[in-house]
Amino acid sequence: MTHPLTIRLDNCAKTWPDGTRALAPLNLSIDAGETLALLGPSGCGKTTLLRMICGLESADEGGRIRFGDDDVTQVAPEARGVGVVFQGYALFPNMNVAGNVGYGLKIRGVDAASRRRRVAEMLELVELGALAERRIDQLSGGQRQRVALARAIAIEPRVLLLDEPLTALDARLRQQLRVDLAKLLKTLGITCVIVTHDQEEAMMLGDRVAVMSAGRLEQLGAPETLYRDPASPFVADFLGTLCRLEGGEVATRHGVAALTFRPHEVELAPPGRGLPARVQARFFLGSHIRFELTLADGQRFTALAAPDAIWQPGDTVSALIEQARVA
Amino acid sequence: MGRRRAWLVIAAPAVVLFLAFWLLPMAKLAGIGAATPQGMDASAYWLVVTQPRYWQSLINTVALSLGATLATLVIALPVSRFLARHPDFPGRRVLMSLLLFPLAFPGVVVGFLVILATGRQGVLNTLSKALSGDPMVLAYGMAGLFIGYLYFLLPRTIGVLMTAVEGIDKHWLEAAQTLGASPWRRFVDIELPALTGALTAAGAMCFATAMGAFGTVFTLGTRIDVLPITIYDEFTNYANLPVAAALSVVLGLATWAVLYVANSLAARTARGN
Repeated sequence: MTHPLTIRLDNCAKTWPDGTRALAPLNLSIDAGETLALLGPSGCGKTTLLRMICGLESADEGGRIRFGDDDVTQVAPEARGVGVVFQGYALFPNMNVAGNVGYGLKIRGVDAASRRRRVAEMLELVELGALAERRIDQLSGGQRQRVALARAIAIEPRVLLLDEPLTALDARLRQQLRVDLAKLLKTLGITCVIVTHDQEEAMMLGDRVAVMSAGRLEQLGAPETLYRDPASPFVADFLGTLCRLEGGEVATRHGVAALTFRPHEVELAPPGRGLPARVQARFFLGSHIRFELTLADGQRFTALAAPDAIWQPGDTVSALIEQARVA
Repeated sequence: MGRRRAWLVIAAPAVVLFLAFWLLPMAKLAGIGAATPQGMDASAYWLVVTQPRYWQSLINTVALSLGATLATLVIALPVSRFLARHPDFPGRRVLMSLLLFPLAFPGVVVGFLVILATGRQGVLNTLSKALSGDPMVLAYGMAGLFIGYLYFLLPRTIGVLMTAVEGIDKHWLEAAQTLGASPWRRFVDIELPALTGALTAAGAMCFATAMGAFGTVFTLGTRIDVLPITIYDEFTNYANLPVAAALSVVLGLATWAVLYVANSLAARTARGN
């Protein structure tokens, strides 16, 4: 593998021809060999940012993009040396698996024998060695994802960009491929940007996570930092569930105007000790039970409890909020 | 059992229609062609394949149709690509209407248009005379026929190819681009294979339409014989039914043979990569 490079974006903004702002001016530095996850709801600008890095969109006047010391702002996508896995994979239907994986090498004029060797090596890496001659429409979703990945890394790209690489797959397969992908990225040691709207995916794959909203970077940091110390309610809510209670009983008991907390920070106890609440619904989820509760004034919140919790809908309980935080 | 009977009920009218309106008249036509024309000593089929006059007519027809088909595809492909990729430039709707306008014209009108453009009193004639002193007349020769064929083939083809271009996933092209492919390579490696089906279908339609074109040629009154005109002559001027029938069968077979070869080639290209 080639030596990993840093990616630096300076003052990169994107305005569409009709004047809408897809991305506010943004500075971002991605370390060599680091995997950065761009996380946010659809329309937040994360895919636009990814397309700017690979050159399929240009930044507004004044924006600069560097790979290492190389300013690639004006370099066309075909010359940037980026490996891209597109959402939906965009595999070429007129070529078989080997044809897809070897396409970038063919373009580079690599001779047939070396190409075959390299394709075999790549397919081995993504554990698809036996499928080289398969047609694309004969592959499962998970296999397509691996072919797309093999095609992107076969050209020894300077950076690797993945746009929602696992979104098209069913939940179970996604879990497994997430682990495989994390391992592969570590093996490759390549600088990588992953776009996803799935917080679990972002936290598992990203060394750092950049949370985006409405064309802005909300917060950038290690997954743990973002979860424990969110810079805004948006970040807190996007990384897991965030509950908020305010006024009345909360003010009297906790002495604050409002409380924000996560569902696992609530302990449910027999009535008497904490905030009085009523169980509205109970969902048994195996490793834990999820309770939906309401206060006397109708405010709703969620609590997670151990799988042996005995409360049932209609019960009155008291909620002890462990890490009470001032909102 | 019930399912099979239901199928029979649905299929029976189709079979009757097929027999009554396709197979029987066709068989009759083929039979007439086997008869010996008056004053001759061989069947019409034998005459048609041995007499140079008919041969020449067949070669003219196939050459003109193949040429017009290829020219149509070569012109229509870039136009369709442009229209499909630029869904909202100013004047697009007007341009589309103008392009598709000749769709409904019968061959006679197309022939008349060609005369207006390139005939003895035509626009081209006047222009070329004014510019070089030498009048230019194309309408009544091969070039005139060719232009006429393009008139009615282009609108049909542009419609078909535009839909096909719109169906190409733009991510395929972007993926090829990030893998290093130049615009030309993207066109050859990704777009053309994706369009093979549509190009073959459009080409087949063009070719078959051109092989049977009558009105345009008739109106232009050209000296070049094409099969539909030859058939018309044999039928109306000489009342030579056997030869007219034999030529019709030959026209059908020649069209079928060329389309068969084109389809096989296209299928091989699609599998080739």
